[in-house]
Amino acid sequence: MTLPLFFFYVFSAITVASAFMVISARNPVHAVLFLILAFVNAAGLFMLAGAEFLALLLIVVYVGAVAVLFLFVVMMIDVDFAELKSGLLSYAPIGMVVGAILFLELLLVAGSFVIAPDMVGAGGLPIDATMDNTRALGLVLYTRYVFLFQGAAAVLLVAMIGAIVLTLRHRTGIKRQSTASQLGRKPSETVRNVKVKSGQGL
Amino acid sequence: MDFILSALDYLLGIPFLGWGEQIGFVYKALALLVGLLIFTAFILLGDRKVWAAVQMRRGPNVVGPFGLLQSFADLIKFGVKEAVIPAGADKVLFLLAPLITATLALAGWAVVPVDNGWAMANINIGILYLLGISSLGVYGVIIGGWASNSKYPFFGALRAAAQMVSYEVSIGLVIITVLLCVGSLNLNDIVIAQSEMGLAHALGVPWLSFLNWFWLPLFPMFVVFYISALAETNRPPFDMVEGESELVAGFMTEYSSTPYLLFMLGEYIAILLMCAMTTILFLGGWAAPIDLPPFTWIPGVIWFFIKVTLVFFMFAMAKAIVPRYRYDQLMRIGWKLFLPLSLLMVVIVAFVLQLTGWGWHGGIA
Amino acid sequence: MRAGQLINKLLLTEFVTAFFLAMRYFFGAKPTINYPFEKGAVSPRFRGEHALRRYPNGEERCIACKLCEAICPAQAITIEAGPRQNDGTRRTVRYDIDMVKCIYCGFCQEACPVDAIVEGPNFEFATETREELYFSKEKLLANGDRWEREIAANLAADAPYR
Repeated sequence: MTLPLFFFYVFSAITVASAFMVISARNPVHAVLFLILAFVNAAGLFMLAGAEFLALLLIVVYVGAVAVLFLFVVMMIDVDFAELKSGLLSYAPIGMVVGAILFLELLLVAGSFVIAPDMVGAGGLPIDATMDNTRALGLVLYTRYVFLFQGAAAVLLVAMIGAIVLTLRHRTGIKRQSTASQLGRKPSETVRNVKVKSGQGL
Repeated sequence: MDFILSALDYLLGIPFLGWGEQIGFVYKALALLVGLLIFTAFILLGDRKVWAAVQMRRGPNVVGPFGLLQSFADLIKFGVKEAVIPAGADKVLFLLAPLITATLALAGWAVVPVDNGWAMANINIGILYLLGISSLGVYGVIIGGWASNSKYPFFGALRAAAQMVSYEVSIGLVIITVLLCVGSLNLNDIVIAQSEMGLAHALGVPWLSFLNWFWLPLFPMFVVFYISALAETNRPPFDMVEGESELVAGFMTEYSSTPYLLFMLGEYIAILLMCAMTTILFLGGWAAPIDLPPFTWIPGVIWFFIKVTLVFFMFAMAKAIVPRYRYDQLMRIGWKLFLPLSLLMVVIVAFVLQLTGWGWHGGIA
Repeated sequence: MRAGQLINKLLLTEFVTAFFLAMRYFFGAKPTINYPFEKGAVSPRFRGEHALRRYPNGEERCIACKLCEAICPAQAITIEAGPRQNDGTRRTVRYDIDMVKCIYCGFCQEACPVDAIVEGPNFEFATETREELYFSKEKLLANGDRWEREIAANLAADAPYR
């Protein structure tokens, strides 16, 4: 057993165990934290596979941003476990049927899946040992797949703008703060010194 | 057994397999850890002293000469106090949170090159690793706040979640502008790129190497990075996470004793990590500011830590002179000011580099 | 937004001015007194820890008139009087001040006809237990012996204004 192999088993065991805990944990916050643990260990597996860029991207994007928002939402909502568990039995038969069908399909797919013999060893692109991961990925992403890459980016942008448009409400008749105009005020323009005669007022 | 022997060889430098000439990993790690902790102790004192001096106070001055040993006295005090765990707290997570904060902050230092090649791990994607580590830092705060099962820590945790994720974005974009100029994600390369090209070379005075560094050509990004780093590490004026005027002590309200110490330590080491990042990205890392004998005699490590201390001094001054922001204003700056500004700068820098052919191109011509 | 404002904002002029202002204070003289090693001036009229004084010949001044007990607004003083064993003069058998109740108003020293009970210049008498703050006659007399020089000087300094 070599060191990478040892770490492979460590990472994969923790990944599988924490993935199981995600669906079995009683507390939703614990479930999200186990999900994060699974992400981090999956990043470790990527690292072992030599895909260090993907590994860190997984950490930065999924663990650092997506899971934080996930945790944010799960922490905010107050989940009533008794109520959640009450529907469990009535839905169990349907759930089991769906699960069984999915499992059968997966078996069929996995059982009949073969890689075409002429494709084995002839990957899409030759691996250049002198080039590091990030550069290789960038060269492929911005040359061969540039349109797909830009297309994916456009889809994400449209989704983001869509979400904002759907939730944005323009309310009229309310006062809004304009920080720029507040900061731009000068005493000479807004303050007036008045000499008030005593006993007379303004 | 083979892998244990090779691991021991790597870690301890014992020649089990005949190639143990290198210094053992453990010794390097210990040297960095101890050095860093002692540096942090004095930085903590320095922070308090700077704050005190601006407010015309003296600051801690009783323990040791000029209060130099104050941090160590605090360490002992926190160590021997009783750790209080609230009855309603989630015990495991409550104790895990400070550990996460401290461990992550220390883990970040693994890739920081304190001198040419002097990094625990000189990895090709060092800057991405640092970004990842600093983005994980929010978990200590969130978990600590949630596990306390108390409302003020919880508010602190919610604020932290939104704040740290928001400023991650602008930090990421600032890093991208620097990477566009360097063409490599290796921290060592980023520093070397700053000494091998730049304004001083263009002006024909290569010995004025402080003009070479990226703070000058990328000045707006330098400022954005400095402010985002303040927000990312929950330093004042962006310390709404622990804003004592409204949240008692934020996510740390329920913490005492050693867990509190770990939070404090993790926070300061993370701040130093941000200072080190600023130094590497914008201030030329270990390079001497003027490339002439009296300056080049000082070793790179010392220059590196002098620069880190200077950046930290600016952090401490920001704490002393800027009043705390309101939370919505913090979000406004992050999303409406820094994000468009840094996006624009990425585009501009990319255009300039493409049109003029400047840049280091990862050392490959 | 005006152009000048934009430039000010981009160059962080406010931050830079604040920085230089802060640096002026940074190197300026510190008004803080280095307390346990340095102390501020104390007025002769300062009302601090209580003390029972003696005459120069060692005779205690207090004649157990109980004026201080009567005037004390916090009722912190308890006195029991009786004839002394050897000469039969009226003296206090018990003179207690509850320093926890005391509000340091100084009425007792104003009421005293013989300048026996005074509030001395000492303000550093914090204790670790509450019991130690229930001052007995012995404690008060000991205070008087200890602070007599300062108390006498303060009384002399304040005398012209009385």
